[in-house]
Amino acid sequence: MSEVEWLNAALLAARPQAIGALLRYFRDLDTAEEAFQEACLRALKSWPQNGPPRDPTAWLILVGRNAALDHVRRTRKQQPLPAEEQLCELEDTESALAERLDESHYRDDVLRLLFICCHPDLPATQQIALALRIVCGLSVKQIARAFLVSESAMEQRITRAKGRVAAAQVPFETPGAAERAARLAAVAAMIYLLFNEGYSTAEGAGEARASLCEEAIRLARLLLRLFPAQPEMMGLTALLLLQHARAAARFDAHGALVLLEDQDRTLWNGTLIAEGLALVEKAMRHARPGPYQLQAAIAALHSSAERPGETDWAQIELLYAALEQLQPSPVVTLNRAVAVSKVRGPQPALAMIEPLEARLAGYFYFFGVKGALLLQLGRAEDARNAFNRAVALANTAAEAAHIRTHLDRLSQRAEPHPRKPNEPSVSA
Amino acid sequence: MLYAILCYNDEKVVWSWSKEQDEAVMARLAAVHERLAREGRLKPTVRLMPTTAATTVRKGEEPLVLDGPFAETKEQLLGFYLVEVARLPDAIEIAKELAAANPGAGGYEIRPVALFLPGAPHTAASAQHT
Repeated sequence: MSEVEWLNAALLAARPQAIGALLRYFRDLDTAEEAFQEACLRALKSWPQNGPPRDPTAWLILVGRNAALDHVRRTRKQQPLPAEEQLCELEDTESALAERLDESHYRDDVLRLLFICCHPDLPATQQIALALRIVCGLSVKQIARAFLVSESAMEQRITRAKGRVAAAQVPFETPGAAERAARLAAVAAMIYLLFNEGYSTAEGAGEARASLCEEAIRLARLLLRLFPAQPEMMGLTALLLLQHARAAARFDAHGALVLLEDQDRTLWNGTLIAEGLALVEKAMRHARPGPYQLQAAIAALHSSAERPGETDWAQIELLYAALEQLQPSPVVTLNRAVAVSKVRGPQPALAMIEPLEARLAGYFYFFGVKGALLLQLGRAEDARNAFNRAVALANTAAEAAHIRTHLDRLSQRAEPHPRKPNEPSVSA
Repeated sequence: MLYAILCYNDEKVVWSWSKEQDEAVMARLAAVHERLAREGRLKPTVRLMPTTAATTVRKGEEPLVLDGPFAETKEQLLGFYLVEVARLPDAIEIAKELAAANPGAGGYEIRPVALFLPGAPHTAASAQHT
């Protein structure tokens, strides 16, 4: 790795903590961001010459703060800037600062920064855009590409989001335990949203999309480091790692969605799976299950099966049942029905999902599952109707193309006949 | 004499490398590993998962199991074990047994292994291809 690459990686890694601390000083996102950028510029000049500081984050906070204060002074008094050398003599102050900035301080800074980005006043897309810009340090251009909008539209969206959070006035005092827990939950939800934004499609924006998943994982790891004893944070991180591990197998060469059971499992990323499984184990020790842990446990069972036929569907059904208890939702029931169909066949699964139709009438996945179950039961005409509705509701060309393969197969057949019970399901 | 060489770096940086960056580093290290293995000087080598995957057993009358890495700055790394177990609780059990056999201060940090190379002579044969 070249020196520039190393420097960039180090600056990126320090970013959330540094901006979080600068935000605490200046209480203004733009000032904090500019201060950090200035500190980065100076780091790029100073680190290659003098070697990286012992605590890069503390260095960036101190230099950023000084630079921003200079800027404030300069614009107020129109006085010349103090000599640069003064700012570079940091060794002593730096270590003093590093001691004051212990992990707990960092923790609330980073959490506050993330919480501001996912403030409830912001719509979901603005939350994600703001977090990507401020916390992850992606350029407006990169974010615009990931969301398939123009750069100026994204710029506007981010500016509007900043205006809203400034107006919302998030308190800067150290949060109490209850407030900290609430912030953590909001931030976890935003990270999952960000991940799903990247996960939901790999077409069009391609790598820009995939990088959203990686940013989400980076944020989840960051939060887990700051809150190491939170089983739900272990669950969230594990869930993202286990899902992202399948990325290379989820789409074929033509960009078509490949279902979980059709995926080439040798393409799964074993390193990410191993880390995900380790985190699931760690979380289980706490015996305090939550929605992320349960979903991670389900993903872990899928990841542990070398072949689709070895999947422990009975256990997966139990986990979905637990998730249903904890967080009742028709989508969870739908997923449980898929597991039920594997364990007890399509009939009981169909009976489970039929009452959901009114609530899931706009949901692609519902009609995909329904069509697959009907197909297994040999009800070709009903299956065709369900698949047609699924195509109409598909969010991406890959989803639509996948359902069309079922439809094509249906129309190729002169007469419908029942399929083997373990044939198509829709969960990728 | 056997020497252990301990690898230190900022995991925030290392675990945010892209797949390509990570593979490039590992490929350069592999060249070193292979030569050492050919010479019969490389012994078992491990890469650990990040500290977010760590669990710690603190010694005490009733050993305390904590999430996260070892954090007492006044203690030094004195050695390590590699154990093969099915699940994390088994590893915790072993750490507790060790703590009972060697009571007092300190603790055991349990870190899952991300990559295990058995070292020479096992890798010597495969290294000859290069």
